[in-house]
This record gives sequence, C-alpha cells and structure tokens, in this order.
Amino acid sequence: MYETKNTNKISVFDITKIRNDFPVLNQKIYGKPLIYFDNAATTQKPRVVIDTINKLHSECNSSVHRGIHYLSEQMTEMYESTRKKVQNYLNAQHSHEIIFTSGATASINAVAYSFGEAYIKENDEIIISEMEHHSNIVPWQMICKRKGAKLRVIPINDKGELLLDEYKKLINSRTKLVAIVHVSNSLGTINLVKEIVAISHENNIPVLVDGAQAIQHENIDVQDMDCDFYAFSGHKIYGPTGIGVLYGKERWLNKMPPYQGGGDMIERVKFEHTTYDDLPFKFEAGTPNYIGAIGLGVALDYLRGIGLDNIQNYEKKLLNYGTTKLTAIKGLKLYGTAENKICLFSFLLENIHPYDTGMFLDKMGIAVRTGHHCTQPLWEHYKIEGSVRASLVFYNTFAEIDSLCEALKKIQKMYSK
Amino acid sequence: MAIQEIQEQIISQFKTFDNWMDKDNYLIKLGKDLPPINLKYKTEDNLIKGCQVKTWFYSRFKDGKVFYDIDSSSIIIKGVIALLIKVLSGQKPEDIKNADLYFIDKIGLKENFSPLRANSLWKLVNRIKQDAILYETKVNTNKPR
Repeated sequence: MYETKNTNKISVFDITKIRNDFPVLNQKIYGKPLIYFDNAATTQKPRVVIDTINKLHSECNSSVHRGIHYLSEQMTEMYESTRKKVQNYLNAQHSHEIIFTSGATASINAVAYSFGEAYIKENDEIIISEMEHHSNIVPWQMICKRKGAKLRVIPINDKGELLLDEYKKLINSRTKLVAIVHVSNSLGTINLVKEIVAISHENNIPVLVDGAQAIQHENIDVQDMDCDFYAFSGHKIYGPTGIGVLYGKERWLNKMPPYQGGGDMIERVKFEHTTYDDLPFKFEAGTPNYIGAIGLGVALDYLRGIGLDNIQNYEKKLLNYGTTKLTAIKGLKLYGTAENKICLFSFLLENIHPYDTGMFLDKMGIAVRTGHHCTQPLWEHYKIEGSVRASLVFYNTFAEIDSLCEALKKIQKMYSK
Repeated sequence: MAIQEIQEQIISQFKTFDNWMDKDNYLIKLGKDLPPINLKYKTEDNLIKGCQVKTWFYSRFKDGKVFYDIDSSSIIIKGVIALLIKVLSGQKPEDIKNADLYFIDKIGLKENFSPLRANSLWKLVNRIKQDAILYETKVNTNKPR
C-alpha cells in the first residue's frame, strides 16, 4: 500500500486494489508476469469500463437521436449526458463545444480541414513544434499544400523543452494558427501551453492543443488554458478505442464549415441545397460511436474516483524513482530530461539497437515501444532514429521499475560477450 | 553444399540449445561475426522497404551463382541474416527460388522472434528470392535458341 498526501485530504492509494481493477495486468507473458510499460500507446481498461461496454451491447444497444422507442431514448440520454461529463472534465463553457470523434488524430484532422478551408490562404503560416507527433504535423502539411501555405516549426533545446523566445519570433501577420502538443509522446515533456496560448492570443491567433498524452496525467481546464481547440483520444485515458474528443470554442466551431457530410448533421436536405444542424451535431455526421463515448465517460468517472491529485502524486514518485534508477545504469542514455515531464522514459542502451532492446524486454515480460514513436522529425534533433520508450501510469509499480533495470542490465551483459 | 544439407546442419546446431537465451546468445554472436557490407552499398536505394529496422540488401551474380550482401542496424536481425546467407548465398538461382526454408520453423524462430512477427524477415526472404528469379530470367533470355 502506498500513501499519498494532498492539500485537502490524506488518502490511501491502494496499488494492489487498483491493479485488480485492470484484468489485463493479471497475466503472464512467456511465463513472466506482464509488466505493461506501453501506456503512451494505449492504456489498459478498468473492469468497470469493460463491463459497461459489455452491458450496453447486451442490454441497451440502439442508435441515438430521433429514436421514438425506449432503447433509443435511453441510449441518447446516456450519450448526451456523457457529453456533459466530458464538458465538466475539461471545464468547457458549453456541452455543445464537445464533439465526439474517433480519436485525437480525427479531431486534429477535423480542425485542419475545417478551419483550414475557412481561414487558411496562400502564403499564410501555421506554427507547430519540433516535438509534434505525426498526427499534429501531417494534417497541417496537407492543408498547407492545398492552400499554398507554410509550416513553421518551434525548435527545442536538448532537454526537450520548447524555446519560447524562438516561438515569439515565428509569429507574424501571416500566422493563422498555432498547433502544439501539450505533452510529448516521445520525451514526456509537459509544455507550457497556457503561456503559449497567451502569447498567441496577444496576436489574435487561435491555438489547437494536442492533448493525447496529457489528458491521462494532467488537470485539464480549457477555460483556464484558454486554448481554442483541444484534442484527445479515449483509449489513452483508460477508455475504449475508436472514441475521441474535439473541444472547440463555440465561436470558432460556429464559423467553421463541417468536414464530413451525412446523416445526423443536417437541418434540411434538398437536392439544390442543404442546411446544417447546430453544434455539436454539425460535426458529428453519421451514427456516432455512442457506446465508445459512454465507455469513455465511465473511465473519466473511474479516474475521478481515484482522484487525479493522487494519481499525479504517485506518478511523480514513479518518475523520480525511475529517473534515478535508469540514470544509474552505465551505458544508458535518457532522451527528454525536461524539468516538467510525465512518467515516461525514452532511452537507448549504448551500441544496442532499440529494436533489440525492446525484443529482449518483451521476452522478459516487459512491454515497451521501440522506434520513432511517430515523431521522426524530433529524432533528427538528437541525430538518432528512435528510442526505447517505457511509459508508466498509476497502475505501474516501483518493483516493476526495478525489474526493468535488471532486465536492461541482463541485455547489456548478453551484448558485451 | 546443398541448401537442404546446410539447413539440417543449422537445425542440429540449434538442437544443442536448451532455452531461448542460448539461442539468442548464438544469434548475437552470428550477428557480430557477420561482416558489415561495403559502405558503397549502404544506400537509401538498397534499404528494404517497410522494415522497422534499417536493413540493406545487395546481390551479385557470378559463375551462375547468386551472392548476397545484407546488413542491418540490429545485431539480432543480423544474426538471422547470417543464417539466411549461410543457407542461400552462393547457390544457383533456381535452387534459391525453389528453396523451402523449413529451418526457420524448426529452430523456433517463428514463435520466438519478433523480427518474423513484424514481417521484416519475410520481406527479406522475398527479396532474396526475387533477385534469384531475376538472375534466372536473365540467364534464360541470353541462352542461344
């Protein structure tokens, strides 16, 4: 049992009980207890989420909106109340500012297409950063190509922190949007998004924040952050796959054209002309992933039950412990040493390809990710092809970090012969 | 030596290992011992597309036989490459084309090694066979009718 303190209460963070909530963790891989350190790729699901999805499919399934019958009304009620739940979680002003998508990638693409169609013109500029995931690069490159606009990139220092002075220099009268990652998926850096938004807003430029790696670790208050768009995926916050959220300020979403046409997003369709429905439906064409959305809502409830403060305190301790242990391994180099970061370790063992390290860790029951982690341009900064990435969350343990370190030393020994 | 004979030798060698750790140590040794390919062949064009790990491939045709120079930035993959080279390099195009590489299954690579799961190795095997077919076609086209 691990005790955490916060300013309001002393609560007990029962790691054994928490681990029991996640059925997938209780298994052996190649005869070894699974150590799941690939949480930045996807998080595991608590039983309550799995049970909810099962129950919805078994007992309640019915398509939402415009249903005259009981099941449809019931499902619509659950779906729309989940929208309010997400609104509360993000502290958004209105529930219609919450658009359900298939994931963070879809959310960013929606803004790139929709905002891009309305506001980006030839020679305009969009600012991103050197540490972006491909999901926050390629959609902007595509709109830039279509419109003849340019992509500008905020550089980083070697610790993996954005250079805000350089950012300020990039802003000019042609800048139409800033799209920035909240937490780097490859380095773990937590960016100063509030400051980035403030700088941008001084110049009347809207900001999209890619929150895919932040939502499960950070307190997100979109009004306090004042970002214009916030994107995240359900499966990275202990919810199901195939569901995501796009938060957008009402004034932007109202002005932007829909990016997909179809059922559910219209007010009136004639062959000559179609008028669109109001928010949020204008951006939710087709049958939505209502079961995924409700599952996401249950995941948010689960996290609230544990308490984000407790989670953050525990993950911070894991980060400090892991950093000390890993940096003590001779021949291990950590990438991403920002002052402010989540519990994520990107590293290389000297003279051992990350793929080899990952493969042997797998055989020892330790699941990590190896390669470029969809941030190829970032690795050019460090002049490497990629890394081994161990990303931890609140169901991981100090003992698992010890096992990782022992396994790494064993791999080093195999290669030193 | 014939392809089948070399495969049998490899299978016998792997039978002496009790566990995956011993097999891995052997593959690491093979990988380290395999000479790197000439720098002039380490080009973008010679990279095998779609592999998670950079793997360079170059083949030559001499005296009716195909010779392969293959390199990878992963030592463990180089170890597996060393086995493929042992079995297929220096063989006749027709024999390479028709080779049934049963040793891969028999020595347990398929179950235990993610290079195979990642399809990288099958891409490599395909490339080896494709080049053999190209050389074979070339020889047949140049034959007097």
